[in-house]
Amino acid sequence: MPGKLKAKIVAGRHLPVMDRASDLTDAFVEVKFGNTTYKTDVYPKSLNPQWNSEWFKFEVDDEDLQDEPLQITVLDHDTYSANDAIGKVYIDIDPLLCSEAATVISGWLPIYDTIHGIRGEINVLVKVDLFNDLNRFRQSSCGVKFFCTTSIPRCYRAIMVHGFVEELVVNEDPEYQWIDRIRTPRASNEARQRLIFLMSGELQRKIGLKVLEMGGNAVVGYLQCFDLEGESGLVVRAIGTACTLEKISTLPSTATHQSNSSPSKDMKEPVFGEEVPGIPLSSGPPTPLRAQTFSSFSPSKSYSRQSSSSDTELSLTPKTGMGSGGSAGKEAGPLKALLRQQTQSALEQREYPFFTLTSFPSGFLLHVGGVVSARSVKLLDRIHNPDEPETRDAWWEEIRQEIKSHAKALGCHAVVGYSESTSICEEVCILSASGTAAILSSRFMQDGPLDTEHRLSRQPLVFSTGSERVEGDMGSSASLGFEEVVPPGCGFCHIPYDELNIPFPAQLTYCYSCRRSKVPDVLFTTIDLPADANITGKGCLIQARLCRTKKKAQGEGNATAISNLLPFLEYELHTQLMNKLKLRGMNALFGLRIQISVGETMLLGLASATGVYLTALPGPGGIQIAGKTPSDITYEQHISNMQKKINDTIAKNKDLYEINPPEVVEEIIGSPIPEPRQRSRLFRSQSESSDEVSELDLSHGKKDAFVLEIDDTDAVEDIHALLTDSPTPQGFYSCNTEIMPGIQNWTSAIQMFTSVRVFRLNNANLTNQGLNKIFSDLCENLLKSLYFKLRSMVPCCLCHLNFTVAIPEDELIQVAVTAVAMSFDKEQILENGKQSGEKTLTKAITENDEQLQFNLELNPESSHANPLSSPKGLSEVGSHPSARASSMEKASPLPEGRSRSLRSNRSYSGTSVAVVKMTPLSFIPGAKIIKYLGIINMFFIRETTSLREEGGVSGFLHSFIAEVFAMVRAHVAALGGNAVVSYSMKECVFMENPNKNQAQCLINVSGDAVIFVRESELEAASVQPQSTTHTSNGGEGT
Amino acid sequence: MSVELDVFVGNTTIMDKEVYQLWLNGYTVNDAVKVRIEGGVMEECEASADVLLSDTMDQYRTFQMCERLLHHPAKLANQLLFQIPPDRQAMLIERYYAFDDLFVREVLGKKLSKGTKKDLDDVSAKTGVSLKSCRRQFDNFKRVFKVVEELKGPLVENIRQHFLLPDQLARDYAAIVFFANNRFETGKKKLLYLTFQDFAFCAGQLINHWTLGAVDSMMEDMDVDLDKEFLQDLKDLKILITDKDLLDQHKSLVCTALRGKTSVFNEMEANFKNLSRGLVNIAAKLINAKDVRDFFIDLVEKFIEPCRSDKWTSIDMNLFLTHYTNSAHILDTFKHHAVWTRYMGVIKSCILRMYHD
Repeated sequence: MPGKLKAKIVAGRHLPVMDRASDLTDAFVEVKFGNTTYKTDVYPKSLNPQWNSEWFKFEVDDEDLQDEPLQITVLDHDTYSANDAIGKVYIDIDPLLCSEAATVISGWLPIYDTIHGIRGEINVLVKVDLFNDLNRFRQSSCGVKFFCTTSIPRCYRAIMVHGFVEELVVNEDPEYQWIDRIRTPRASNEARQRLIFLMSGELQRKIGLKVLEMGGNAVVGYLQCFDLEGESGLVVRAIGTACTLEKISTLPSTATHQSNSSPSKDMKEPVFGEEVPGIPLSSGPPTPLRAQTFSSFSPSKSYSRQSSSSDTELSLTPKTGMGSGGSAGKEAGPLKALLRQQTQSALEQREYPFFTLTSFPSGFLLHVGGVVSARSVKLLDRIHNPDEPETRDAWWEEIRQEIKSHAKALGCHAVVGYSESTSICEEVCILSASGTAAILSSRFMQDGPLDTEHRLSRQPLVFSTGSERVEGDMGSSASLGFEEVVPPGCGFCHIPYDELNIPFPAQLTYCYSCRRSKVPDVLFTTIDLPADANITGKGCLIQARLCRTKKKAQGEGNATAISNLLPFLEYELHTQLMNKLKLRGMNALFGLRIQISVGETMLLGLASATGVYLTALPGPGGIQIAGKTPSDITYEQHISNMQKKINDTIAKNKDLYEINPPEVVEEIIGSPIPEPRQRSRLFRSQSESSDEVSELDLSHGKKDAFVLEIDDTDAVEDIHALLTDSPTPQGFYSCNTEIMPGIQNWTSAIQMFTSVRVFRLNNANLTNQGLNKIFSDLCENLLKSLYFKLRSMVPCCLCHLNFTVAIPEDELIQVAVTAVAMSFDKEQILENGKQSGEKTLTKAITENDEQLQFNLELNPESSHANPLSSPKGLSEVGSHPSARASSMEKASPLPEGRSRSLRSNRSYSGTSVAVVKMTPLSFIPGAKIIKYLGIINMFFIRETTSLREEGGVSGFLHSFIAEVFAMVRAHVAALGGNAVVSYSMKECVFMENPNKNQAQCLINVSGDAVIFVRESELEAASVQPQSTTHTSNGGEGT
Repeated sequence: MSVELDVFVGNTTIMDKEVYQLWLNGYTVNDAVKVRIEGGVMEECEASADVLLSDTMDQYRTFQMCERLLHHPAKLANQLLFQIPPDRQAMLIERYYAFDDLFVREVLGKKLSKGTKKDLDDVSAKTGVSLKSCRRQFDNFKRVFKVVEELKGPLVENIRQHFLLPDQLARDYAAIVFFANNRFETGKKKLLYLTFQDFAFCAGQLINHWTLGAVDSMMEDMDVDLDKEFLQDLKDLKILITDKDLLDQHKSLVCTALRGKTSVFNEMEANFKNLSRGLVNIAAKLINAKDVRDFFIDLVEKFIEPCRSDKWTSIDMNLFLTHYTNSAHILDTFKHHAVWTRYMGVIKSCILRMYHD
């Protein structure tokens, strides 16, 4: 009996009227956990019942605690007929099971009904008493922490990174069970919600067990997905990175960090925990993806019949290791091999050397090889035995093996920024996996803690603004490394593979930063830009969009057709990406995410990434157009016109993104970088350096010529399409990575949002080109709308722009975007990196945000207890301008005593709701996360049979998304948190039937609940003496 | 080919003040887009008409969803669905409850009933305020009326707290409720020159001095009804005009005080008895509900118009009323000093406020 769960139902408010006659409700509550149910008394005739129940106690196994949600049902008592359900609340107990997370759940939670949406709120208290259980064979994994964040969470330090964990569970989908024919939609939805809750609990527990087995205590980068396979079942699967984390004692370290780090520290290295401050970040290896690569791109689709258990299982696997077409270089270059052996062996013990992290503790990521990906088309069949989900496991295993071999071909022993996804249409399912091949340091894979010197040393931030180059301080980094030392600003770009044995054609040059190693000319990765990477100018969002029609087909024929189309789709996406990258004068992509969606009559491909100019890489060449058949003059003229347009665009973009790399390369070589030692440590061969000069010349030659041949109208269209991407409006930047390369001085104003659009194609007969244009316009227009909506935040950057495309029906395209808009101080861009902790400027936006903050300071008790005097008290607390104070005054609750005939349904007892921030990023600008309260993973279904009355499809979805946000916020607040970080909407499945006036939508969201405090408050709280220990670290300030 | 669904939801609800105003003013989405285009947002933000349409629809939807919360403003602060910063909440409420002076002038003192609501299209046509906006304003009046009707305690304070309105707006609503409750006649032709603010001022005076709440704020009855006892007592003032001696004495006292101080002395002297009779008769009749309704029209007919035709300035008016009030206290046989002061204080302020073109 290792756990006692206790729940208390306090009160309800804003309940709906359930009894038309009296306009009131006789509400009571059922509290259910596992098979035990308790009931409160009926609180008659009130819309604001005060149950104030006893503590309901459940004595349960901790295994159940992990799997089961606490289920609270609010009902209306009816003497003569069956009691009517008002709605439910599911509470995930998991955060209470970990000593470092939340200790109590207490607060107002929305009562949710799948047909009516939110129907009032209920105030509950939930606690867990956990007894230690030392049973070796236990099935639970209480205490393992889960994080959605794909980096080491702030306020933790990574002791060990153990590696990849994965698990999947399958079940029958209640929606497709025979019983669904006779039960109500509500019952069916609830069965589904509950099942998915149970399944995710079970999944998390199983993953936790694996982590414990590996000796870890946490999962970072936890990514859980649902596959709604329809008839064949429901799959819940998850991947993550097992780690051993150590909490950093908050107070002392906070103070030190506060004082010694440069003020904008938080913004500059949002990537990893502040706990691991010093370690030089070398992540994001180069992706040698060139257009030429694709000539060698051999879609080795092995349309092979698998002879596994199931009868008609198809495996159509177009193996598209991007950029790794051939598999020439099986092994890493001999030169570096020595150094890596240690790591290699550490990694080889693992089945899959995969990491779901996208940014890393400094020094962890050494080199990046490029993007690796694999896709496979499968035919779904019924999952016969849910307890043995072998088929699905085998499918993923196959794909992971492929990824592993692709990485090997790139001379890499690990894959970072790894993720998996599916797209399902009827019985066809595309499984995709992608990541970035990389070489990692063994530092975090060895046992034993890091030496302290390491943690203390702080790497200067290497950012370049405009044309000014800021050198990384190599000296200090040298002292840090204990194996292969790489210069922090460029090391990750250095090729990991043997240059004599390149797995694909690529043009290598010497690194433009350090001149010691070779780098590719273009780099594609799925990870975030390493915090200390040297970049020039700013980055921007780059998207390739593609639509391909396909014939309607069934079964195997359909799967074959799709798998035949896939390679072409990917090829074109890459060409588009490459062209657009060059058009912007950039040479690297980060956060690359390619989504391929399958529908009955078309395939959609959307590739998003953030383009940057890596200083270490050669500048991209222009784009040259060549007519295939130079026949007549007008044609020539046409071509030269186009060429001019392209050149103009490139020049304009370079201006826009402030890309003006240093022309004089020699200077850099002469710069006082202390390398001899490093070089020797790196065992770089002499020949390498002797080539330097000639290589240099070459790089400045005309290697740039990237030729687009126009041989037919399609090609012309393509080029036109290239040029149609409209630039972001003045004051806006956008990226799909955590932070915008080149911007650091964020203010605290953030605005997370979700936008969904569905587009109907009425023309049945559209060409590929026509479809492309529609799809591209759809995305572009959506972006334009976002810019317009958020114009009040300018100057601002849309970060972590995450597009999800789907084909919900034959002629529908759905695009959903979740992102966060963050304002920054323009004035401070110029002073590189100075001052951003304290805001010198009080912008309107900042003010806005402060108001939110102010609201947060509201003390519910004080305003509650003494309503009349509260306004004064409040304004004192805030000491804000009077306008604000007065607005608070207005919001003060009413003195109930005064009202004679306030009907009982009118309650003003509550106080203002606490503000909860949400962001898809792992950090909150200008604030410090002091505690992680646990993972938020929620699944909701909403259905309506009165679509028109709810404002049509838009009205329906609008209120549903708002409700989901509200429920996430309420649960976070109940855990005691004030923000959700790493928030994502992983699923938004929308189905409609306007003729029947019906619609249904499923949404799955996740994130990490946290408590943050403003940095300004921290500073005020602890006036610590400037610690000299830090500044002593040689050559910090640049 | 069409956009079938288009939504935008922010964690902090984004609301554009300008669009909100257009929505409140009853513009359709398309008209609102036109207005916005003319306003030049497009150039400002490099947007297209499509973008503007999408944004406007989205905002309208948000406002519609918020509307039911705005009906009970206290709920806005407590609800979880929309995360709206407090200053925004205040703005939403204040603007939602704002009204057009032209419109309110039309319905002031009318019964806030279904019948009146049916006539709103006429009001809309007459005032140029869109019907939608008229309905919103009318419903606001009615809602506030219904809530505070039954409450004890100070009217303005009740409105302020239940509807979280700024002070001035709460006072205006108090006036509207007060007028609706007492059904004061404001629509007669002779009263048309008076603005809503004139009436609101008078209502404030009446509420502060003539209601039961004015005497004891914790009394059972409340601010919306006039103090019956006081109205009863007003009948006693009749002695000022029925007793010939008193009337003469009163006149001579006032005349002595004003001699040489006003250019309309002769007219005043000639008219004194008429004017005094007018004022005292109004007082004596207030016990009848019907005469309460005619309070303002009586003031105009019996006092303001005669003075105006004699070309009194407002300084003359002030002077006269001051001395007229004070002199009564010197009269030997006049005993009703408290009632007189309470009555004349309000009458004086109201007349001074109403005495303009």
